[in-house]
Amino acid sequence: MSNSSNESPYSSNSLAVRAELSAIDASIRSASLFFVISAVSWLLIGTVFALLAAFKAHEPDFASTYEFLTFGRVRSAHLNAMALGWGNNIIFAVGLWIMARLCRAPINHKGILLIAGIFWNIGLTVGIFGILKGDITSVEWLEIPHYATPLLAISYALIGVWGVLAFRFRKGEHVYVSQWYILAALFWFPWLYVIAQTMIIWFPARGVVQSVTNWWFAHNVLGLWLTPMALGTAYYLIPKVLGRPIYSYYLSVLGFWALAIFYNWAGVHHLIGGPIPVWLISAGIVASVMMVIPVIVVGINHHMSVVGLHKEVWRSPTLRFIVFGAISYTLVSLTGSAMALRSVNEVTHFTHFTVGHSHHGVYAFFTMIMFGGVYYMMPRLLKREWPSASLIKIHFWASAIGITVMVVALQTGGWIQGLEMNNAEIPFLETVQNTIPWLKARSISGVMLTIGHIAFAINIAWMLFAAGAVRAKQGPTLLDDSKEGGIV
Amino acid sequence: MKNLPLLFCGIFFALAFSFTGLILSSHIQLGSLTRTTETLVPSDEDPTVLVMPEGETLFPAMPGGIEQQGKDVYISMGCIYCHTQQIRRSGFGADIDRGWGSRQTVARDYITQDRVLLGTMRAGPDLANVGGRIFQQGGRDWHHLHLYNPQITSEGSTMPPFAFLYELREIDGTASADALKFPPDSKYAPEAGYEVVPTRRAKALVEYLLSLKINYSLPEAPISE
Repeated sequence: MSNSSNESPYSSNSLAVRAELSAIDASIRSASLFFVISAVSWLLIGTVFALLAAFKAHEPDFASTYEFLTFGRVRSAHLNAMALGWGNNIIFAVGLWIMARLCRAPINHKGILLIAGIFWNIGLTVGIFGILKGDITSVEWLEIPHYATPLLAISYALIGVWGVLAFRFRKGEHVYVSQWYILAALFWFPWLYVIAQTMIIWFPARGVVQSVTNWWFAHNVLGLWLTPMALGTAYYLIPKVLGRPIYSYYLSVLGFWALAIFYNWAGVHHLIGGPIPVWLISAGIVASVMMVIPVIVVGINHHMSVVGLHKEVWRSPTLRFIVFGAISYTLVSLTGSAMALRSVNEVTHFTHFTVGHSHHGVYAFFTMIMFGGVYYMMPRLLKREWPSASLIKIHFWASAIGITVMVVALQTGGWIQGLEMNNAEIPFLETVQNTIPWLKARSISGVMLTIGHIAFAINIAWMLFAAGAVRAKQGPTLLDDSKEGGIV
Repeated sequence: MKNLPLLFCGIFFALAFSFTGLILSSHIQLGSLTRTTETLVPSDEDPTVLVMPEGETLFPAMPGGIEQQGKDVYISMGCIYCHTQQIRRSGFGADIDRGWGSRQTVARDYITQDRVLLGTMRAGPDLANVGGRIFQQGGRDWHHLHLYNPQITSEGSTMPPFAFLYELREIDGTASADALKFPPDSKYAPEAGYEVVPTRRAKALVEYLLSLKINYSLPEAPISE
């Protein structure tokens, strides 16, 4: 597995450490596999809703006779299946696994993790059915009806506490960058969720205070939950696969605290021009622009760590996805800062540009990094290699091209839509019709992403259930046969 | 950053900071807003203080029962995902130029609402003042046709039909007064002998839409003609 000149990247220097990691992997295996399977199932379910919503956006008569399939509900079912089904489950799988490895402590009470995970998915299933049935709350990112949310909150609490305890009883002195991000996110998410539920659904705050709370929550789900988890994963796996340390420890400290301080003020930029005090909006804009600092810093750190080893990026499934995600992080965040400027926002607000932007963040950045994490984690959990390099390549190209088409189409179309909408001489209906070609392009990109997801799911199912048929190979599954460079 | 309590304090205060700055402070600023009259007058005791003149109507109006039921339908259909309910100020976007309202909306406009539906997407037009717009006369009929199938009233719209909120039934004796009044030769009209009648939910939804009106001034947002 390892060659003498180059240290094997996913093993460390000593056999003892490797054995220890292997024991930790074994202890969290059942829970992690459960989360991966749940996540991929929700990914497929969310994809079906996504396709329905995408087609309905330009073919309003498509499947319109059924009330439960009306656009508003299908769209929300898609969002929640992806954010809470795919996003959270894959975080529980990859994030907690990384946390366990970095804490180097024996994993106790893994049963709690598994049971909490089962209840999380039950709560979510009830919630999605509730949305389709019409109990949707129509509060963006909080559509799950009130009868399902306590179950989600309790099961999350058990999972989050598990992560904090793992950190508390960690072994060894050093605390890794990934651990800050994961620990912080595990704590931030429940706080955001409980405040938002309380102030919007259970004891509604007065008037537009609800909207401020809504965007504080919704934007922070991206920035303080999905983002740190994905950054933590990248910070763990880039050095791990390449076998070289991260570029700069000090930059990572700066990047972490700048994110923690600036990001959570930024959500108000969704209310620019809205009926709230201007000083609140200005605070949101300032914070959004300040986000340039952590983005540039993290970008330098990630990209400089990879410089010179581009062949490895090409060869390793993990790195190929993660580097795509890391580049997307830089791009999407800079776009986001620009969108918060009043003059830009005047055009992009209320248009498909924002939809393109959110897919850029959640898919091109977060999801791609998590795909990379799964490609790294599964062989170590199962002690079995990925059965098909071709399926990985299909997955990568379908996802990469699909999401690029989607972001370009929605942002170009959205920009035109915004310019036309701000010109009162153009009838509104005409601005709507001019978005249709772009929405059709979005549907095509959705089909491509679907192909990628199916390839991914097949590869995972093959790996899980066809143990005998899968080669007990000597080395990892790579995407390029060239022998140059290191391993994986 | 090896010390857990210290790290944890930093993580805690980062979010506490924005929670206080954005949510608590906006609650302090806006949480005690009350309904008010269109203009204020100087107080008898102290002319520097402005007070509400007595006996005038308070705004924003309190929503009626059927309008609340209609709002529940609006919420359960997810209308918010394509329609906003906020008007941007003149000069920022073209909301007022498009005739979506005669003034921008302000925080006080929303204080009587249990759930605030500002929205962030305009795949369809803004609805903050839809009840006060062009279709005041015959607005009810227009909205029913529009909901039954948007192509009848707005050909080429991407809005989905909400025909499931309507009942197609055979005319038994005399036609119902509620039946939809289709334009002549409409391809969406039912066959002879049949009629399309709104369900209770459709009626409530239309009453809600008609109740959406920003046709009053507020001291902080007067309507300037």
